[in-house]
Amino acid sequence: MSVRHALLALLSEGPKYGLQLRQEFEARTGVVWPLNVGQVYTTVARLERDGLVASDDGEEPGPQKAYRITPAGGEELAAWLRTPPAAEAPPRDELVIKILVAARLPGVDVAQIIQAHRRRLVETMSRFTRLKQDAAEDDLGLLLVADAEIFRLEAFVRWLDAAEARIRHHAHAPAAASATPSPGHSATPTPPNTPSGPARRGPGARATR
Amino acid sequence: MTAAVLELRGVTKVYGAGATEVHALTAVDLTVQAGEMVAVMGPSGSGKSTLLTIAGSLEAPTSGEVLVEGTSLAGMSAGDRARMRRRHVGYVFQDYNLLPGLTVTENIALPLELDGVRARKAAEVARHTLDDLGLADHGRRFPDELSGGQRQRVAIARALVGDRRLLLADEPSGALDTQTGEVVMRLLRKACNAGAATVLATHDAQLAAWADRVVFVRDGVTVDQAGPAAGPESLLTADTPR
Repeated sequence: MSVRHALLALLSEGPKYGLQLRQEFEARTGVVWPLNVGQVYTTVARLERDGLVASDDGEEPGPQKAYRITPAGGEELAAWLRTPPAAEAPPRDELVIKILVAARLPGVDVAQIIQAHRRRLVETMSRFTRLKQDAAEDDLGLLLVADAEIFRLEAFVRWLDAAEARIRHHAHAPAAASATPSPGHSATPTPPNTPSGPARRGPGARATR
Repeated sequence: MTAAVLELRGVTKVYGAGATEVHALTAVDLTVQAGEMVAVMGPSGSGKSTLLTIAGSLEAPTSGEVLVEGTSLAGMSAGDRARMRRRHVGYVFQDYNLLPGLTVTENIALPLELDGVRARKAAEVARHTLDDLGLADHGRRFPDELSGGQRQRVAIARALVGDRRLLLADEPSGALDTQTGEVVMRLLRKACNAGAATVLATHDAQLAAWADRVVFVRDGVTVDQAGPAAGPESLLTADTPR
Protein backbone atom coordinates (compact mmCIF):
# COMPACT_ATOMS: atom_id res chain seq x y z
CA MET A 1 0.00 0.00 0.00
CA SER A 2 1.25 3.48 -0.73
CA VAL A 3 0.56 5.90 2.07
CA ARG A 4 3.10 8.11 0.32
CA HIS A 5 1.00 8.55 -2.80
CA ALA A 6 -2.26 8.79 -0.88
CA LEU A 7 -0.76 11.77 1.01
CA LEU A 8 0.49 13.34 -2.22
CA ALA A 9 -3.05 12.98 -3.59
CA LEU A 10 -4.51 14.77 -0.57
CA LEU A 11 -1.96 17.57 -0.88
CA SER A 12 -2.68 17.95 -4.60
CA GLU A 13 -6.06 19.38 -3.52
CA GLY A 14 -4.28 22.19 -1.67
CA PRO A 15 -2.00 22.82 1.34
CA LYS A 16 -2.95 20.95 4.53
CA TYR A 17 -1.82 20.63 8.14
CA GLY A 18 -0.41 17.35 9.44
CA LEU A 19 -3.48 16.68 11.56
CA GLN A 20 -5.75 17.43 8.62
CA LEU A 21 -3.81 14.96 6.45
CA ARG A 22 -4.29 12.22 9.00
CA GLN A 23 -8.00 12.90 9.42
CA GLU A 24 -8.68 13.11 5.71
CA PHE A 25 -6.67 9.98 4.99
CA GLU A 26 -8.81 8.07 7.48
CA ALA A 27 -12.03 9.58 6.19
CA ARG A 28 -11.24 8.76 2.57
CA THR A 29 -10.00 5.21 2.90
CA GLY A 30 -12.45 4.16 5.55
CA VAL A 31 -11.96 2.03 8.58
CA VAL A 32 -10.60 -0.84 6.52
CA TRP A 33 -7.23 0.90 6.01
CA PRO A 34 -6.18 1.92 9.48
CA LEU A 35 -2.94 3.84 10.00
CA ASN A 36 -1.01 4.43 13.13
CA VAL A 37 -0.76 8.07 14.05
CA GLY A 38 2.97 8.41 13.58
CA GLN A 39 2.92 6.90 10.10
CA VAL A 40 1.45 10.00 8.48
CA TYR A 41 4.04 12.35 9.98
CA THR A 42 7.05 10.16 9.22
CA THR A 43 5.84 9.62 5.66
CA VAL A 44 5.25 13.30 5.03
CA ALA A 45 8.70 14.09 6.48
CA ARG A 46 10.22 11.67 3.98
CA LEU A 47 8.25 13.26 1.15
CA GLU A 48 9.68 16.62 2.20
CA ARG A 49 13.20 15.22 2.30
CA ASP A 50 12.72 13.91 -1.26
CA GLY A 51 11.50 17.30 -2.47
CA LEU A 52 7.99 16.08 -3.29
CA VAL A 53 6.39 18.13 -0.52
CA ALA A 54 7.37 21.49 0.99
CA SER A 55 6.50 23.21 4.26
CA ASP A 56 6.59 26.88 5.16
CA ASP A 57 8.53 26.84 8.39
CA GLY A 58 11.13 24.92 10.25
CA GLU A 59 8.77 23.26 12.73
CA GLU A 60 9.07 19.60 13.64
CA PRO A 61 6.82 17.29 11.63
CA GLY A 62 3.47 16.96 13.40
CA PRO A 63 -0.17 17.97 13.52
CA GLN A 64 0.45 21.74 13.37
CA LYS A 65 2.85 21.85 10.47
CA ALA A 66 1.45 22.90 7.08
CA TYR A 67 2.49 21.09 3.89
CA ARG A 68 2.02 21.66 0.18
CA ILE A 69 2.83 19.54 -2.83
CA THR A 70 5.78 20.59 -5.08
CA PRO A 71 5.76 20.34 -8.91
CA ALA A 72 8.02 17.27 -8.57
CA GLY A 73 5.43 15.79 -6.17
CA GLY A 74 2.69 16.45 -8.72
CA GLU A 75 4.68 14.63 -11.40
CA GLU A 76 5.38 11.73 -9.07
CA LEU A 77 1.65 11.40 -8.29
CA ALA A 78 0.64 11.53 -11.98
CA ALA A 79 3.20 8.85 -12.86
CA TRP A 80 2.13 6.60 -9.96
CA LEU A 81 -1.55 6.73 -10.93
CA ARG A 82 -0.70 5.42 -14.40
CA THR A 83 1.82 2.78 -13.35
CA PRO A 84 0.31 -0.72 -13.16
CA PRO A 85 0.80 -2.54 -9.85
CA ALA A 86 3.83 -4.82 -9.56
CA ALA A 87 3.60 -7.24 -12.47
CA GLU A 88 5.71 -10.09 -11.12
CA ALA A 89 4.01 -13.42 -10.43
CA PRO A 90 2.18 -13.41 -7.10
CA PRO A 91 3.51 -15.66 -4.35
CA ARG A 92 1.66 -18.97 -4.20
CA ASP A 93 -1.43 -18.47 -2.15
CA GLU A 94 -1.62 -20.37 1.12
CA LEU A 95 -5.24 -21.41 0.50
CA VAL A 96 -4.35 -22.87 -2.88
CA ILE A 97 -1.48 -24.82 -1.33
CA LYS A 98 -3.73 -26.21 1.41
CA ILE A 99 -6.30 -27.48 -1.08
CA LEU A 100 -3.59 -28.93 -3.31
CA VAL A 101 -2.18 -30.82 -0.34
CA ALA A 102 -5.62 -31.92 0.90
CA ALA A 103 -6.55 -33.25 -2.56
CA ARG A 104 -3.56 -35.58 -2.50
CA LEU A 105 -3.65 -36.78 1.09
CA PRO A 106 -5.33 -40.14 1.65
CA GLY A 107 -8.09 -40.18 4.26
CA VAL A 108 -8.72 -36.44 4.03
CA ASP A 109 -12.23 -35.19 3.28
CA VAL A 110 -11.34 -32.45 0.79
CA ALA A 111 -14.95 -31.29 0.45
CA GLN A 112 -15.07 -30.64 4.18
CA ILE A 113 -11.84 -28.66 4.09
CA ILE A 114 -13.04 -26.65 1.09
CA GLN A 115 -16.31 -25.93 2.91
CA ALA A 116 -14.51 -24.76 6.06
CA HIS A 117 -12.57 -22.22 3.98
CA ARG A 118 -15.67 -21.27 2.00
CA ARG A 119 -17.58 -20.58 5.22
CA ARG A 120 -14.83 -18.35 6.59
CA LEU A 121 -14.62 -16.42 3.33
CA VAL A 122 -18.40 -15.91 3.14
CA GLU A 123 -18.45 -14.77 6.77
CA THR A 124 -15.80 -12.17 6.03
CA MET A 125 -17.70 -11.10 2.90
CA SER A 126 -20.80 -10.68 5.08
CA ARG A 127 -18.90 -8.37 7.39
CA PHE A 128 -17.75 -6.19 4.48
CA THR A 129 -21.28 -6.23 3.06
CA ARG A 130 -22.61 -5.08 6.44
CA LEU A 131 -20.01 -2.33 6.38
CA LYS A 132 -21.36 -1.22 2.98
CA GLN A 133 -24.94 -1.40 4.23
CA ASP A 134 -24.17 0.79 7.21
CA ALA A 135 -21.93 3.22 5.30
CA ALA A 136 -23.16 6.66 4.37
CA GLU A 137 -23.98 6.87 0.64
CA ASP A 138 -21.35 9.57 0.13
CA ASP A 139 -18.57 7.64 1.87
CA LEU A 140 -17.00 6.80 -1.47
CA GLY A 141 -13.65 5.72 -0.04
CA LEU A 142 -15.18 3.20 2.32
CA LEU A 143 -17.55 1.83 -0.32
CA LEU A 144 -14.74 1.38 -2.85
CA VAL A 145 -12.47 -0.36 -0.37
CA ALA A 146 -15.29 -2.64 0.83
CA ASP A 147 -16.12 -3.53 -2.80
CA ALA A 148 -12.49 -4.35 -3.49
CA GLU A 149 -12.31 -6.67 -0.46
CA ILE A 150 -15.59 -8.36 -1.42
CA PHE A 151 -14.42 -9.01 -4.99
CA ARG A 152 -11.08 -10.32 -3.76
CA LEU A 153 -12.75 -12.72 -1.30
CA GLU A 154 -15.33 -13.75 -3.89
CA ALA A 155 -12.56 -14.76 -6.26
CA PHE A 156 -11.38 -17.28 -3.67
CA VAL A 157 -14.92 -18.61 -3.11
CA ARG A 158 -15.35 -19.08 -6.85
CA TRP A 159 -12.01 -20.82 -7.05
CA LEU A 160 -13.06 -23.15 -4.19
CA ASP A 161 -16.33 -23.93 -6.05
CA ALA A 162 -14.40 -24.72 -9.20
CA ALA A 163 -11.81 -26.75 -7.27
CA GLU A 164 -14.52 -28.78 -5.58
CA ALA A 165 -16.24 -29.54 -8.89
CA ARG A 166 -12.92 -30.47 -10.48
CA ILE A 167 -11.90 -32.74 -7.62
CA ARG A 168 -15.29 -34.47 -7.66
CA HIS A 169 -15.11 -34.97 -11.39
CA HIS A 170 -11.61 -36.36 -11.01
CA ALA A 171 -12.70 -38.78 -8.28
CA HIS A 172 -15.71 -39.94 -10.31
CA ALA A 173 -13.61 -40.79 -13.33
CA PRO A 174 -10.62 -42.70 -11.93
CA ALA A 175 -10.22 -44.85 -15.03
CA ALA A 176 -9.74 -41.86 -17.28
CA ALA A 177 -7.43 -40.21 -14.79
CA SER A 178 -5.13 -43.23 -14.51
CA ALA A 179 -5.25 -44.29 -18.16
CA THR A 180 -2.38 -42.05 -19.18
CA PRO A 181 -0.03 -41.87 -16.23
CA SER A 182 2.21 -38.86 -16.39
CA PRO A 183 4.70 -37.27 -14.03
CA GLY A 184 2.80 -35.35 -11.39
CA HIS A 185 -0.26 -37.60 -11.58
CA SER A 186 1.27 -40.62 -9.92
CA ALA A 187 -0.39 -39.97 -6.58
CA THR A 188 -3.88 -40.84 -7.85
CA PRO A 189 -4.83 -43.79 -5.62
CA THR A 190 -6.40 -45.96 -8.32
CA PRO A 191 -5.94 -49.72 -8.40
CA PRO A 192 -4.23 -50.76 -11.65
CA ASN A 193 -6.80 -53.41 -12.57
CA THR A 194 -9.97 -51.36 -12.37
CA PRO A 195 -12.51 -52.96 -14.71
CA SER A 196 -13.08 -50.83 -17.77
CA GLY A 197 -16.46 -49.39 -18.60
CA PRO A 198 -18.51 -46.46 -17.36
CA ALA A 199 -17.72 -46.95 -13.67
CA ARG A 200 -19.33 -43.78 -12.38
CA ARG A 201 -18.23 -44.38 -8.84
CA GLY A 202 -14.81 -45.84 -8.52
CA PRO A 203 -13.22 -46.97 -5.26
CA GLY A 204 -12.87 -44.09 -2.85
CA ALA A 205 -14.76 -41.82 -5.20
CA ARG A 206 -17.11 -40.62 -2.49
CA ALA A 207 -14.20 -39.39 -0.41
CA THR A 208 -15.06 -35.94 -1.64
CA ARG A 209 -18.47 -36.01 -0.02
CA MET B 1 -38.36 -14.67 21.11
CA THR B 2 -39.83 -14.02 17.67
CA ALA B 3 -42.00 -16.63 16.02
CA ALA B 4 -40.67 -18.62 13.12
CA VAL B 5 -42.34 -17.58 9.87
CA LEU B 6 -41.00 -20.60 8.03
CA GLU B 7 -40.03 -23.97 9.42
CA LEU B 8 -38.86 -27.00 7.45
CA ARG B 9 -38.65 -30.21 9.47
CA GLY B 10 -36.85 -33.17 7.96
CA VAL B 11 -37.95 -32.24 4.46
CA THR B 12 -37.08 -34.80 1.80
CA LYS B 13 -37.97 -34.57 -1.89
CA VAL B 14 -37.51 -37.49 -4.24
CA TYR B 15 -38.22 -37.26 -7.97
CA GLY B 16 -38.76 -40.38 -10.08
CA ALA B 17 -38.49 -43.95 -8.82
CA GLY B 18 -36.21 -46.94 -9.07
CA ALA B 19 -33.14 -46.47 -11.24
CA THR B 20 -34.04 -42.89 -12.15
CA GLU B 21 -34.74 -41.85 -8.56
CA VAL B 22 -33.20 -38.50 -7.66
CA HIS B 23 -32.99 -37.26 -4.10
CA ALA B 24 -33.33 -33.51 -4.59
CA LEU B 25 -33.50 -32.86 -0.83
CA THR B 26 -32.71 -35.12 2.10
CA ALA B 27 -33.86 -34.43 5.67
CA VAL B 28 -33.54 -30.65 5.49
CA ASP B 29 -34.27 -28.61 8.63
CA LEU B 30 -34.52 -24.85 8.31
CA THR B 31 -36.10 -22.16 10.46
CA VAL B 32 -36.46 -18.53 9.38
CA GLN B 33 -37.65 -15.84 11.78
CA ALA B 34 -39.54 -12.65 10.96
CA GLY B 35 -37.07 -9.99 9.81
CA GLU B 36 -34.37 -12.55 9.11
CA MET B 37 -32.70 -13.14 5.75
CA VAL B 38 -31.33 -16.62 5.19
CA ALA B 39 -29.32 -17.44 2.09
CA VAL B 40 -29.36 -20.99 0.80
CA MET B 41 -26.11 -21.31 -1.08
CA GLY B 42 -25.03 -24.10 -3.38
CA PRO B 43 -24.12 -24.95 -6.96
CA SER B 44 -26.67 -25.73 -9.69
CA GLY B 45 -28.46 -28.96 -8.96
CA SER B 46 -27.76 -28.81 -5.22
CA GLY B 47 -31.48 -28.60 -4.37
CA LYS B 48 -31.75 -24.93 -3.42
CA SER B 49 -34.53 -24.13 -5.90
CA THR B 50 -36.48 -27.24 -4.84
CA LEU B 51 -36.15 -26.03 -1.26
CA LEU B 52 -37.71 -22.69 -2.24
CA THR B 53 -40.62 -24.23 -4.14
CA ILE B 54 -41.39 -26.51 -1.21
CA ALA B 55 -41.08 -23.63 1.27
CA GLY B 56 -43.56 -21.69 -0.86
CA SER B 57 -45.92 -24.70 -1.14
CA LEU B 58 -45.62 -24.79 -4.92
CA GLU B 59 -44.57 -28.40 -4.41
CA ALA B 60 -45.18 -30.88 -1.60
CA PRO B 61 -42.30 -32.68 0.09
CA THR B 62 -42.04 -36.47 -0.26
CA SER B 63 -41.67 -36.59 3.52
CA GLY B 64 -41.17 -34.12 6.33
CA GLU B 65 -43.15 -31.08 7.30
CA VAL B 66 -43.39 -27.43 6.25
CA LEU B 67 -44.88 -24.89 8.65
CA VAL B 68 -45.69 -21.31 7.69
CA GLU B 69 -46.33 -19.15 10.73
CA GLY B 70 -46.76 -22.26 12.83
CA THR B 71 -49.35 -23.92 10.59
CA SER B 72 -48.45 -27.14 8.84
CA LEU B 73 -49.08 -27.00 5.09
CA ALA B 74 -49.84 -30.72 5.01
CA GLY B 75 -52.99 -30.21 7.06
CA MET B 76 -54.37 -27.52 4.73
CA SER B 77 -56.74 -28.06 1.85
CA ALA B 78 -55.44 -27.17 -1.61
CA GLY B 79 -57.64 -24.07 -1.56
CA ASP B 80 -56.30 -22.93 1.79
CA ARG B 81 -52.76 -23.46 0.62
CA ALA B 82 -53.40 -21.38 -2.51
CA ARG B 83 -54.92 -18.62 -0.38
CA MET B 84 -51.97 -18.73 2.02
CA ARG B 85 -49.59 -18.42 -0.96
CA ARG B 86 -51.46 -15.45 -2.41
CA ARG B 87 -51.68 -13.59 0.86
CA HIS B 88 -48.50 -14.35 2.72
CA VAL B 89 -45.83 -15.57 0.33
CA GLY B 90 -43.99 -13.44 -2.21
CA TYR B 91 -41.75 -14.86 -4.94
CA VAL B 92 -38.91 -13.15 -6.73
CA PHE B 93 -37.46 -15.02 -9.70
CA GLN B 94 -34.35 -14.46 -11.79
CA ASP B 95 -36.46 -13.77 -14.91
CA TYR B 96 -38.88 -11.39 -13.12
CA ASN B 97 -42.09 -13.11 -14.37
CA LEU B 98 -43.96 -9.85 -14.93
CA LEU B 99 -46.96 -9.89 -17.24
CA PRO B 100 -46.03 -7.87 -20.34
CA GLY B 101 -49.59 -6.69 -21.12
CA LEU B 102 -50.09 -5.04 -17.74
CA THR B 103 -48.62 -1.80 -16.44
CA VAL B 104 -46.31 -1.88 -13.45
CA THR B 105 -49.14 -0.86 -11.10
CA GLU B 106 -51.45 -3.49 -12.60
CA ASN B 107 -48.78 -6.18 -12.25
CA ILE B 108 -48.37 -5.34 -8.58
CA ALA B 109 -52.11 -5.07 -7.94
CA LEU B 110 -52.83 -8.41 -9.61
CA PRO B 111 -52.15 -10.74 -6.66
CA LEU B 112 -54.46 -8.60 -4.51
CA GLU B 113 -57.22 -8.65 -7.13
CA LEU B 114 -56.88 -12.43 -7.44
CA ASP B 115 -57.43 -12.54 -3.72
CA GLY B 116 -60.72 -10.63 -4.04
CA VAL B 117 -59.57 -7.07 -3.33
CA ARG B 118 -61.48 -4.55 -5.47
CA ALA B 119 -59.50 -3.15 -8.40
CA ARG B 120 -59.44 0.43 -7.18
CA LYS B 121 -58.30 -0.54 -3.69
CA ALA B 122 -55.70 -2.95 -5.10
CA ALA B 123 -54.27 -0.23 -7.34
CA GLU B 124 -54.08 2.11 -4.37
CA VAL B 125 -52.15 -0.46 -2.31
CA ALA B 126 -49.89 -1.13 -5.32
CA ARG B 127 -49.09 2.58 -5.68
CA HIS B 128 -48.31 2.76 -1.98
CA THR B 129 -45.87 -0.16 -2.30
CA LEU B 130 -44.21 1.45 -5.33
CA ASP B 131 -43.85 4.63 -3.33
CA ASP B 132 -42.24 2.77 -0.42
CA LEU B 133 -39.69 1.21 -2.75
CA GLY B 134 -38.86 4.45 -4.55
CA LEU B 135 -40.54 3.31 -7.79
CA ALA B 136 -43.44 5.78 -7.87
CA ASP B 137 -42.46 7.08 -11.33
CA HIS B 138 -42.73 3.67 -12.98
CA GLY B 139 -46.39 2.91 -12.20
CA ARG B 140 -47.85 3.66 -15.64
CA ARG B 141 -45.07 2.05 -17.62
CA PHE B 142 -45.05 -1.46 -19.10
CA PRO B 143 -42.39 -4.04 -18.14
CA ASP B 144 -40.70 -3.90 -21.55
CA GLU B 145 -40.13 -0.17 -21.07
CA LEU B 146 -37.99 -0.85 -18.01
CA SER B 147 -34.37 -1.94 -17.58
CA GLY B 148 -33.58 -5.32 -16.03
CA GLY B 149 -32.83 -3.73 -12.68
CA GLN B 150 -36.09 -1.75 -12.70
CA ARG B 151 -38.07 -4.88 -13.62
CA GLN B 152 -36.57 -6.80 -10.74
CA ARG B 153 -37.41 -3.97 -8.35
CA VAL B 154 -40.99 -4.09 -9.63
CA ALA B 155 -41.00 -7.87 -9.14
CA ILE B 156 -39.91 -7.31 -5.53
CA ALA B 157 -42.70 -4.76 -5.11
CA ARG B 158 -45.18 -7.34 -6.41
CA ALA B 159 -43.76 -9.97 -4.06
CA LEU B 160 -44.20 -7.59 -1.11
CA VAL B 161 -47.61 -6.08 -1.83
CA GLY B 162 -50.26 -6.60 0.83
CA ASP B 163 -49.51 -8.56 3.93
CA ARG B 164 -46.62 -10.75 2.82
CA ARG B 165 -44.56 -12.26 5.58
CA LEU B 166 -42.43 -14.68 3.64
CA LEU B 167 -40.30 -13.61 0.71
CA LEU B 168 -38.69 -16.31 -1.45
CA ALA B 169 -36.05 -15.13 -3.89
CA ASP B 170 -34.35 -17.40 -6.43
CA GLU B 171 -31.16 -15.83 -7.85
CA PRO B 172 -32.86 -12.42 -7.74
CA SER B 173 -29.98 -10.56 -9.35
CA GLY B 174 -28.84 -13.37 -11.62
CA ALA B 175 -28.97 -11.45 -14.89
CA LEU B 176 -28.03 -8.05 -13.49
CA ASP B 177 -24.67 -6.32 -13.29
CA THR B 178 -23.03 -6.01 -9.90
CA GLN B 179 -24.16 -2.47 -9.19
CA THR B 180 -27.79 -3.09 -10.16
CA GLY B 181 -27.67 -6.36 -8.24
CA GLU B 182 -26.65 -4.39 -5.17
CA VAL B 183 -29.67 -2.09 -5.58
CA VAL B 184 -31.91 -5.18 -5.68
CA MET B 185 -30.24 -6.65 -2.59
CA ARG B 186 -30.59 -3.38 -0.70
CA LEU B 187 -34.29 -3.45 -1.51
CA LEU B 188 -34.68 -7.05 -0.30
CA ARG B 189 -32.77 -6.11 2.82
CA LYS B 190 -35.14 -3.19 3.37
CA ALA B 191 -38.15 -5.50 3.05
CA CYS B 192 -36.53 -7.86 5.48
CA ASN B 193 -35.78 -5.12 8.00
CA ALA B 194 -39.46 -4.18 7.80
CA GLY B 195 -40.32 -7.65 9.11
CA ALA B 196 -40.49 -10.06 6.15
CA ALA B 197 -38.75 -13.40 6.58
CA THR B 198 -36.62 -13.91 3.48
CA VAL B 199 -35.08 -17.00 1.94
CA LEU B 200 -32.62 -16.31 -0.83
CA ALA B 201 -31.40 -19.17 -3.04
CA THR B 202 -28.14 -18.42 -4.80
CA HIS B 203 -24.81 -19.79 -5.97
CA ASP B 204 -23.31 -16.31 -5.68
CA ALA B 205 -21.29 -15.53 -2.56
CA GLN B 206 -21.71 -11.77 -3.06
CA LEU B 207 -25.47 -12.15 -2.82
CA ALA B 208 -25.33 -14.61 0.05
CA ALA B 209 -23.19 -12.12 1.96
CA TRP B 210 -26.25 -9.86 2.29
CA ALA B 211 -28.01 -12.47 4.44
CA ASP B 212 -28.00 -12.76 8.23
CA ARG B 213 -27.22 -16.45 7.91
CA VAL B 214 -25.93 -18.62 5.08
CA VAL B 215 -26.94 -22.28 4.83
CA PHE B 216 -24.77 -24.31 2.46
CA VAL B 217 -26.40 -27.11 0.47
CA ARG B 218 -24.68 -29.88 -1.47
CA ASP B 219 -26.53 -32.73 -3.18
CA GLY B 220 -29.78 -31.91 -1.38
CA VAL B 221 -28.22 -31.93 2.07
CA THR B 222 -27.45 -28.92 4.26
CA VAL B 223 -23.77 -29.34 5.01
CA ASP B 224 -22.83 -26.21 6.91
CA GLN B 225 -23.91 -22.81 8.11
CA ALA B 226 -22.25 -19.39 8.35
CA GLY B 227 -23.07 -16.42 10.54
CA PRO B 228 -24.65 -14.58 12.11
CA ALA B 229 -21.81 -12.39 10.97
CA ALA B 230 -19.81 -10.49 13.53
CA GLY B 231 -20.20 -6.74 13.22
CA PRO B 232 -18.09 -4.80 10.78
CA GLU B 233 -16.12 -3.32 13.66
CA SER B 234 -14.31 -6.65 13.98
CA LEU B 235 -12.70 -5.94 10.61
CA LEU B 236 -10.52 -3.41 12.37
CA THR B 237 -8.86 -5.94 14.59
CA ALA B 238 -8.54 -8.69 12.00
CA ASP B 239 -5.28 -7.77 10.29
CA THR B 240 -3.93 -4.37 11.08
CA PRO B 241 -3.89 -3.21 14.67
CA ARG B 242 -4.42 0.51 14.95
